Amino acid sequence: MELKDFITRISEATGVSGNEEEVGEIIQEAFRTLADDVYVDKLGNVIARKEGKKKSEAPPLMFAAHMDEIGFLVSKAEDGGFIRFEPLGGIDPRTLPGQEVVIKGREKIRGIIGAKPPHVQDAKEREQAIKMEKLFIDCGRSQEELNEIIQVGDFISFYQELTWLKENICAGKALDDRAGVAALSILLKELGNRSHDFDVIAVATVQEEVGLRGAITGSYHINPAVGIAIDVGFARRKGLEKERTLQSGAGPGISWGPHVHPQIFNKLKEIGERDEIPYQLEPVPFPSGTDTYAIQMSRCGVATGLISIPLAYMHTPVETINIKDIKRTGRLLASFCAEADEKFLEGLPCL
Amino acid sequence: MLIKILTEACGVSGREGEVRQLIRGEVEGYVDEVNGDYMGNLFAWKRKNGRPLVMLAAHMDEVGLMVMGIDNEGLLSFSPVGGIDPRVLVGKKVLVGKEKINGVIGSKPIHMQEKHKREKPFPSKELFIDIGAENQEQASREVNVGDYVAFDTATVPLKPGVLQGKAFDDRAGCAAIIEILKEDLPVGICGCFTVQEEVGSRGAGVAAFRVNPDIAFVLEGTTASDVPECVEHRYSTSMGKGPALTMADRSFLSNPRINKYVMDIAERENIPYQLRRTNVGGTDTGRIYQTKSGIPAAGFSLPCRYIHSPVSMLNIEDYNNMVKWMKAILYDIGKGGFPFERID
Repeated sequence: MELKDFITRISEATGVSGNEEEVGEIIQEAFRTLADDVYVDKLGNVIARKEGKKKSEAPPLMFAAHMDEIGFLVSKAEDGGFIRFEPLGGIDPRTLPGQEVVIKGREKIRGIIGAKPPHVQDAKEREQAIKMEKLFIDCGRSQEELNEIIQVGDFISFYQELTWLKENICAGKALDDRAGVAALSILLKELGNRSHDFDVIAVATVQEEVGLRGAITGSYHINPAVGIAIDVGFARRKGLEKERTLQSGAGPGISWGPHVHPQIFNKLKEIGERDEIPYQLEPVPFPSGTDTYAIQMSRCGVATGLISIPLAYMHTPVETINIKDIKRTGRLLASFCAEADEKFLEGLPCL
Repeated sequence: MLIKILTEACGVSGREGEVRQLIRGEVEGYVDEVNGDYMGNLFAWKRKNGRPLVMLAAHMDEVGLMVMGIDNEGLLSFSPVGGIDPRVLVGKKVLVGKEKINGVIGSKPIHMQEKHKREKPFPSKELFIDIGAENQEQASREVNVGDYVAFDTATVPLKPGVLQGKAFDDRAGCAAIIEILKEDLPVGICGCFTVQEEVGSRGAGVAAFRVNPDIAFVLEGTTASDVPECVEHRYSTSMGKGPALTMADRSFLSNPRINKYVMDIAERENIPYQLRRTNVGGTDTGRIYQTKSGIPAAGFSLPCRYIHSPVSMLNIEDYNNMVKWMKAILYDIGKGGFPFERID
């Protein structure tokens, strides 16, 4: 599958944390054409293995990107046919009024997130941000119709068609972290032409947005020698601090901090320099919130790295990325796999 | 579908050309004459010399945005055109300028916000449109300051009989008039598709002056606030309960004789209707009834939820009943049923 088609399909598919089957199917289909074997584990992680030259007992190199996205759960169908909901993942309620959604009940139905109309709000209300519990979903249906289709706990995802702003720049939902999943597909594709000593395992993880849960069980099960997560980083835009953001289209961020093994970091940086793959440095003083942190603390500890694809407007339905940064991530990691030999792995324990 | 075609077109107040062309194409062949004026109002005449002459008006324009500046990073600052609550803009897709360049309105990620700041809406001045340009020079090649911006929303059924989309206010009115013009009714009709309603009903008065009708009916999309968090007496209208007759708004006080006349027809024809009960917002009706020495007028509204936002909702049954009601009224007027002498 062409990269643009793949990104479009996985961005538009539903896959709220805990309900990743739909997007998982598309990812499996794509990975099957690129890897030696593909399977799904007990929590739903999609795991693709590309065999290394050595076929040794040595543990594999693991690359993880999460396929789940933020969304909502149905909490109540109310009088008049309105749905109240609870968020899954970190969502700013101010971004919600007027968004389109899909509710995955007995069938998929569409709806609009509504709020009290502005002209019936007093001046004081208008100065306040709208609170999550005041919002509702309107499907244009009666309560009786809704009760036939939905129940408490049904998953709700944004409905958003991916839009190409420029040849390489697209905006849509769930690019956090389907952009990372797309980078995994590039990595697997590149490895078709590159020789690598160790098995490479690409994992599209589940339930990251609610606490890195897929990465916890995934890394336990895979038991890797090296674990590198590919997630998204904050792209620089007006009003954000330069020091805490990455420039869109200027290459992936190579993350640095307590969550990263120094030699993995150095190796990635060295490859970037040598292969002339643009990259940026992303210092993170207090780690939290990507699969890297879970992988690092798996079993008796794993040497980890983190690549961050710059993404603007995180956790909204208009997340914006430059796909050049995805391709660069895939190439960078393919070179890493090709160069991660026995000597490199032997040097990883911190003595 | 006519409503889909009309609502997916862009026509922010002052740039209604695309909608005007579509409407012209739809009505030509069904009417005697189509012409326009200096502001952009479009007139479709049927039985032009027939008396009485009824003016049917709907506005072509929609709320939107205008590009006010392009910054060094290629991001576009904007201002609203018409009444838009800036709180509905975040996280939406837009179309910029004549070429309809794709853009998005983003927001500071939740992770980078201080908690106390989240209690206030995003300040409008901090919002911008991102068209994927890397810098000012690149953006300037595609966009000019002053370009109009419309919401990028597809019109699709939410379920059979309910549509979601933008600009039902008032393309639904335009579609209704087009449907009426396609039928042969025994009365003189001027279908008026007006401009600039959303920025102060600026086209309708000019149009009414030119048409000089015996009576005018305005077909509007209006707010339906029959949603949670609202009290019923402030619903304005309710979706699915039929077209609404306007009692009053900020620009208009209705005429009890006309009200009685049209309500009697609805009762007789078994057409469900409701009375629009808020006192906010102005419409073309307010301009028209004050034109020349006064023109008898009434306002009919289609209840739409979430108007003036990127995505609103319309019940097709309400729309069909609006068309049916209006046709019955026009037929009755043509047969001499309306007591003009008592209005004058």
